[in-house]
Amino acid sequence: MAVAKKFSVWICYLLVLLLLPQFFDTVLAISIFNQMAIAIVFALSYNMLLGQGGMLSFGHAVYYGLGGFLAVHALLLIEDEIVHFSIIWIPLVGGVFGLLAGIFIGSFSTRKAGTVFAMISLGIGELIAASSLIFVGFFGGEAGVSGDRTFGPPLFGVEFFQDIEIYYVAAAWVFIATVFMYLFTQTPAGRMANAVRDNPERAEFIGYSARYVRFISFCAAGFFAGIAGGLFALNYEFITEENLNAITSGRVLLMAYIGGLGYFIGPIIGAVVLTLMNSLLSNYTELWMLYLGIMFVLTVMFLPRGFAGFIMMHQVAWIQGKLKNLLVPYLKTGVPGLLFSAAAVAMIEMSHHEGEAFEYLGFTLNSHSPVAWIITAGIAGVSVYLIRRSIPQLQEAWEEANTINDADGDQP
Amino acid sequence: MLEVFIFATLNGLVTGLLLFMLASGLTLIFSMMGVLNFAHASFYMLGAYFAYSISLQFGFWTGLVFAPLIVGLLGAIVERYALRRVHQSGHVAELVFTFGLAFLIEEAVQFFWGPDTKNYQTPEILDFALFTLFGQEFSAYRGFMIFISVAIFLGLFYVLTRSRIGIIIQAAITHPNTVANLGHNVPLVFMGVFGVGTALAGLAGVIAGPVLTTFPGMAVVLGSIVFVIVVIGGLGSLAGAFIASLLIGLLQSYAIASDVGMPDLLALLGVEFERNHPLNDLWTLTLSQVAPILPFLLLVLVLIFRPTGLMGKRES
Repeated sequence: MAVAKKFSVWICYLLVLLLLPQFFDTVLAISIFNQMAIAIVFALSYNMLLGQGGMLSFGHAVYYGLGGFLAVHALLLIEDEIVHFSIIWIPLVGGVFGLLAGIFIGSFSTRKAGTVFAMISLGIGELIAASSLIFVGFFGGEAGVSGDRTFGPPLFGVEFFQDIEIYYVAAAWVFIATVFMYLFTQTPAGRMANAVRDNPERAEFIGYSARYVRFISFCAAGFFAGIAGGLFALNYEFITEENLNAITSGRVLLMAYIGGLGYFIGPIIGAVVLTLMNSLLSNYTELWMLYLGIMFVLTVMFLPRGFAGFIMMHQVAWIQGKLKNLLVPYLKTGVPGLLFSAAAVAMIEMSHHEGEAFEYLGFTLNSHSPVAWIITAGIAGVSVYLIRRSIPQLQEAWEEANTINDADGDQP
Repeated sequence: MLEVFIFATLNGLVTGLLLFMLASGLTLIFSMMGVLNFAHASFYMLGAYFAYSISLQFGFWTGLVFAPLIVGLLGAIVERYALRRVHQSGHVAELVFTFGLAFLIEEAVQFFWGPDTKNYQTPEILDFALFTLFGQEFSAYRGFMIFISVAIFLGLFYVLTRSRIGIIIQAAITHPNTVANLGHNVPLVFMGVFGVGTALAGLAGVIAGPVLTTFPGMAVVLGSIVFVIVVIGGLGSLAGAFIASLLIGLLQSYAIASDVGMPDLLALLGVEFERNHPLNDLWTLTLSQVAPILPFLLLVLVLIFRPTGLMGKRES
């Protein structure tokens, strides 16, 4: 029974990965799933550094990008029939190169954690990104390098012309990579990475070299980032300088942080949410990057442990069966909160559209009509008032739900 | 050759001093709060944009005075209502917050001013050649930039070493708890330093906007270079930041102006190389090509061999 419980999460994960395309089978959906798969592996590999190892990196895209470039070059080699293997192994090529890059760069950058490490990673990131524009032969300059995944030997008759075929390859890699990254957290190396993150001095006292422990995590993170890069190469069949520059490094930091650094599942949530926002929101508004920025800053300010942290906050209340007591206070604050966001977004969009009428949540808004402004501002004002009124009640309910009742005798 | 050298020096000086105006605020903020402010260059960008908007209505000089004040006020608000809150969640959260803030400010600038380059002009009164050397003109505006930057450096140096508030700031950097015990309001000092630091960045933006063009990417262009300077100079060291700024400014300026490269080096060593070799890009590399990456190369080397930086006393 315990074994089944232990593996149930993984079986669910595998089932979700396998069954997703059965429920959403449009071209757009499959392309989003592929992006998610890449993002999940990348974000999880980043969490090995920051969440588990305490190393804040501003240049993690280097390993992702380099892995991707090698993967595209491997595709080209397959195309020229210099090497001969199925393209399902391409992510591994990226991974191995990410590992090699990690070993080289980690050999000097993991000496310290903290600001020194962050700055070295920033410097290396900028160096590699700038070099990639100089060495046109390998990186292809601004245009990047492109390959073709359909030239490899077919696998069981599948030639990988379609995205859905790539999805299953990607899903397999995502599952394998997730399992191995989870297992890594359970190894002594993973445990020591946590110890070094929390207190390097004590870890050294019990005989571990903090630097070596960091180095191991760093190389592993490079390996999995390379796999993500290889998946990218396989999915898009091209790769450019953009995949290893600071923007990509920033995006992965965003994903991992919004999702929640302290939890293994956090980066997965972050990757899924941000990929969805990325692909869906950008269809509706030009300003989605602005909303993303606002969301990110608010998350750091009010949910420092990310979405996963927010969910896990309710553990105590859940164990005590008091979660239902929180429902009404949550609704009392959440509904005005949603109303306020909707009104604020409406006002932002109105000032952006300057006089053109546009559809918003089923209403037609026009920035030239004062009525629209008065109504949206009114909604925003009333919801702020309601939020301010309901927050003390929410706090009270929260305190109550998190007080452990001794009378029951079965404390968690 | 000489004229190239002199002009490269002058341009390097202008860039270096400009970088110092950014780096001085950043290094002060870092040494006080221990947080590297990723959004620092974004305040510089805000300075340029505010000054542009003000200059449309009231002229350049009004912008020069008021834009840094607005930026400084914004900076103080950010410190008081956001950074102080995030501070409780630790250093990583702070760093990530300023990172997100930089992202947000860039998007907000695009929202309010649009994604295109703004036609932010130098004032007409400074629209003449200060002097002409070897037939090349050195514009009065660049001279003005040097003047402002040097004045700021001297002023900052005076305030920090000679005035009472400067002594409190210096004490708060090293012994915040003792200073608080002596009855000084340390959080207020922090807020003030953050405000002044961002105002300096805003001022740098005001005077750099017309020369380096005012566009939404201007923060990204300078952002990481300023980081490099603060780290190379030694975290928290004003003098180190000054030296490193000039060093980076001159280094880049010389590298861009130079016309030497790998082919010359190989010719000097007597090494032949064949064309169309896979490593051809490496053999034909010129110094001006690598100019943008020199600061980062220097950063990595400094961090590996002297993590405290040139003048710094501590690593982080």
